[in-house]
Amino acid sequence: MRTAFIQTLNELADRDERVCLIVGDLGYSVIEEFASKHPDQFVNAGVSEQNMIGLAVGMALTGKVVFTYSIGNFGTLRCLEQIRNDVCYHRAEVKVVAVGGGLAYGNLGVTHHASEDVAIMRSLPNMTVVAPGDPVEARLATRAVVALNGPCYLRLGKAGEPVVHAKEPDFALGRAITLLDGSDVTLIASGGMLATSDRVARALTDQGLGVRLISMHTVKPVDRQAITRAATETRYVFTLEEHSVEGGLGGAVAEVMAEIEAPHAPLKRIGLRPEFNTTVGDQTYLKKVHGLDEETVLKTIQQIITRSYGRVG
Amino acid sequence: MISAAKTSHIGSCLSVADILAVLYGSILRVDPKRPGWPERDRLIMSKGHAAAILYAAVAEAGFMPTEALAEYARNGGQLYGHATHWGVPGVEMSSGSLGHGLPVGAGMALTAKRAGANWRVFVVMSDGECDEGSNWEAILFAGHHQLDNLNIVIDYNKIQSLDRVEKTLRLEPLADKLRAFGWEVREVDGHDVHALREAFEALPLAAAKPNAIIAHTVKGKGVSWMEGKVLWHYRAPTPEELETALAEVAAS
Repeated sequence: MRTAFIQTLNELADRDERVCLIVGDLGYSVIEEFASKHPDQFVNAGVSEQNMIGLAVGMALTGKVVFTYSIGNFGTLRCLEQIRNDVCYHRAEVKVVAVGGGLAYGNLGVTHHASEDVAIMRSLPNMTVVAPGDPVEARLATRAVVALNGPCYLRLGKAGEPVVHAKEPDFALGRAITLLDGSDVTLIASGGMLATSDRVARALTDQGLGVRLISMHTVKPVDRQAITRAATETRYVFTLEEHSVEGGLGGAVAEVMAEIEAPHAPLKRIGLRPEFNTTVGDQTYLKKVHGLDEETVLKTIQQIITRSYGRVG
Repeated sequence: MISAAKTSHIGSCLSVADILAVLYGSILRVDPKRPGWPERDRLIMSKGHAAAILYAAVAEAGFMPTEALAEYARNGGQLYGHATHWGVPGVEMSSGSLGHGLPVGAGMALTAKRAGANWRVFVVMSDGECDEGSNWEAILFAGHHQLDNLNIVIDYNKIQSLDRVEKTLRLEPLADKLRAFGWEVREVDGHDVHALREAFEALPLAAAKPNAIIAHTVKGKGVSWMEGKVLWHYRAPTPEELETALAEVAAS
């Protein structure tokens, strides 16, 4: 995803000199081409995230569209107040980009696990929160984010995520993408969990279940219509995210579903337990620890469906 | 304003009053008729708690009618007790949490420099907010990038929220610290309007260096019983106190 992002940003910067990139001394082997092709649109703020966001705001308030780039928590939580007061309150054209969303930097340690960032960014006024599901969405999201008027948080994975969209889907911020349609269960995914959800959805389909698979790439503003339809047209809604089950995609969907007056489906949030990891593991390992691997997700969904409806399919 | 609204920070306003008067009166290239004029100098009031004096200064400069100042910190108005840009022409940036202004100012200055523009950035800071690490991040950055169009004015009244600066976190030797970060520094009596004007007119002080004007000031300046007193960081003058204070200022 980060490769799709930086390539797209490079192309955008070729055409639009307002597009700038500020990094917090991170992005080795990612940002070099941008930096050499666009020296006047590039800044390395050094290891100083508060300053990085402030610089971005100053540049944005004088006409630039500024992407800040850092690892998960560093570019968001370390400088949260700068993002709230300086970016969001001033509606500055600052696009906060985090790489390593979720457990992408698994074995580097808890400091590098971005597990509450979506919840926190989502609560800020004027902020749009985008977590693309695959490299195709990452490319489309980057273009959309430049065109968006105002602050944005763009949460990316790392490198090497599988492509889920065989062809380029229609993409608009705030409008979910339906990849599969069905009327038994709905899987709503954000970020890198889209690939896992896609495989789980196909396995469930093979078992005879009508599965609706939705990519909720924009977590804020969340697509209320898509959620409401899923909750009233299908019998169970699952959210899948590599983020705490508290306050992220699952929280956003729960908020919408709680206010649906008509009878509607129950919801199960599948995501990270809201706790610090205590064992070392890479992304694949830790996802398993949290039950986010394909096999466990499939089993979890099957158990719930069987318990509720007596059968799968 | 502060007395009527019963808010804090009268001492912080009076220490920076002469600085803002000189900046808005004869230094800043701004046009009250065009608050968004792209070529304007930008003034960021990083010590946002001294909002009342900032609003008064932009009103005196013509950005809004002085009658609007009666709205200060009043329900339903626009003039919050900390500097607010929203709905307030002439205020570049909202502040109130310390240590936010200088990084933003550095970003503006970098943009201007890269564009070859002539406008300048002034960031008015308190001494207490020099405790904030974010300022030192930006001081390091501006020195490295030789932002000679970036100017900070430190209102060095030697008193912060709970106690004197030297008893809280010592800043001295402040000028030497800034010089070591690659800044050109000039120290000035922050209540001598001629000296202030001369210092501001001398900007940029040196080639390829950001500029720091350390303005030695007195908290609560102009009112004998407020001067140098920690109390007046927070207390609002009563109507009677206001009257004697205004009489003192008028007589001086």
